[in-house]
Amino acid sequence: MTISKKPPAAKGRIKSSPFAYLAASPHLVWTVLFIAAPLVFVLYYAFTTADGSFTWDNILALSEHTETFILSLSMSVIATVLCLLIGYPLAYCIAKLSPKAQKIAILLLMLPMWMNLLIRTYSMMAILDDGGFLNHFLMALGFEPVHIVGTAPAVIFGMVYNFLPYMVLPIHSVISKMDHRYIEAAHDLGCNSLHTLGRVILPLSTSGIISGVTMVFVPSISTFYISQKLGGGTFDLIGDTIERQFQNPSTYNVGASISLVMMILILLSMAVMNRFSDDEGTVIV
Amino acid sequence: MKILSRSYIALIIAILYIPILVLMLFSFNSTNNTGVFTGFSTYWYEELFRSAETFTALKNTLILAVSSAVISTLIGTAASLGLHRMRSKFLRGAIVSVTNIPMMNPDIVTGISMMLLFVFVGTRLGSADKLNFWTLLIAHVTFNLPYVILNVTPKFRQMDKHLPEAALDLGCTPVQSFFKVELPNVMPGIVTGFIMAFTLSLDDFVISYFCAGSDFQTLPILIYSMTKKEVKPDIYALSTLMIIAVLTLLILTNLTGDRDGKNSKNPDWRSHMRQRVQERRAHRTAGKGGDAK
Repeated sequence: MTISKKPPAAKGRIKSSPFAYLAASPHLVWTVLFIAAPLVFVLYYAFTTADGSFTWDNILALSEHTETFILSLSMSVIATVLCLLIGYPLAYCIAKLSPKAQKIAILLLMLPMWMNLLIRTYSMMAILDDGGFLNHFLMALGFEPVHIVGTAPAVIFGMVYNFLPYMVLPIHSVISKMDHRYIEAAHDLGCNSLHTLGRVILPLSTSGIISGVTMVFVPSISTFYISQKLGGGTFDLIGDTIERQFQNPSTYNVGASISLVMMILILLSMAVMNRFSDDEGTVIV
Repeated sequence: MKILSRSYIALIIAILYIPILVLMLFSFNSTNNTGVFTGFSTYWYEELFRSAETFTALKNTLILAVSSAVISTLIGTAASLGLHRMRSKFLRGAIVSVTNIPMMNPDIVTGISMMLLFVFVGTRLGSADKLNFWTLLIAHVTFNLPYVILNVTPKFRQMDKHLPEAALDLGCTPVQSFFKVELPNVMPGIVTGFIMAFTLSLDDFVISYFCAGSDFQTLPILIYSMTKKEVKPDIYALSTLMIIAVLTLLILTNLTGDRDGKNSKNPDWRSHMRQRVQERRAHRTAGKGGDAK
């Protein structure tokens, strides 16, 4: 923020100190060893056999998992869209509250995120289970019990339940910072509330939507605990498949290739989304 | 309209809390029934406290969280100083981008990529347990680092540039100027970074799951293996205790720590940080000037 104001001579004296490079060097070494190198190893394992010779087999073996990829992709897209449909109005409603009430609402929304994902998912499963709280409650009221755990909607619901706050928070932060004069101007120029929402507020909150969509989509497509618990073992998502490959050293290579493709899939989805949502061609990859 | 929007907020928040409240309620159930509340008892808590496994996992989790937070804070603070003083904008941008990879990548990819490295190196070295406490510690430090750097770097930027210059003019060596002038100035950012690193480490399951050996179990890993077996309310009891611990930690964080910064007080700092990184990337790719904030 104040970078341009300082005299260049003084900047040079401090900045050129070899001490700076010395201070950054442990981190530099760490980054290369434990962030960059592991990613290279994913590539290496994806293209080698168990004894280390080059092969395309792991990539070709992916065709067996096509259904898993399609299922995962469609479930996480549905979950993301649902989060957006539920989360956007929520963020909008919260932004209309008084500043103090906004703070409380955001705090309440955020608190469950501090519970471990395992606990949240597990408690959800315990409620929805066939012999769980919900069914006992329904039977006490004289309704038929419902079978939920083990169905596709249960898995999607689990994703929405776990990641909804990640959608609401960035959108809320954009809407609450929005310049109110734009909205007033829209009203003055004859827009009704709906028009203002569609033509002014929605386009201005694109950056929040992009952040929210990313933060919901990425954990949704890579989850394995939610599908294990709420899918009752019948839904095999990409995360489950990857997790299974890494139980046994002989399938590490296939696991690496699936992970590689998932990473590429995520990057592509982000690129596509950014193309469609931003006229300026901003790409977040 | 006002009533409608308020009840919508209330409804969603209620849905978010119901499972947690039901779980807490059933942790006090007298039988192992998870559908019907049959009577109040603390049986499951007693059961939990009888198991040595729980205490070992708790101890392991705390050891790991403290040590990974200390190491990542030390490395991250030094790196922030280095990055702040580094002249090459390209090098700076490259380091920051790579550092942020674990923050943006799915956890499962970060987990398995490090596991592959550890297994590969372990096999070459011929060690029996390729995954152990040290691999887990490395993994935790790695995913903590971006959060520390994101908290400390802005503090260096906000600091008056002339302070370290004055220190040098008055005869300090660069090292002395760092410890006497810069460090006290960036301390709030360091404290926030440390707290964030500690909390992230406590909470992590996915990355730990892939990088931990069988001899070092953390609480999330213990919960995972418990939920793989039959449903028993002792998991509820453990979860309830963890929820209470997290709430206490949050309250403490709000009472202490970063006074002028709002990062640690902001309850959604996890998504907030990711959003910041993402926006900065978007700006950079669009050629709007990038991280020269």
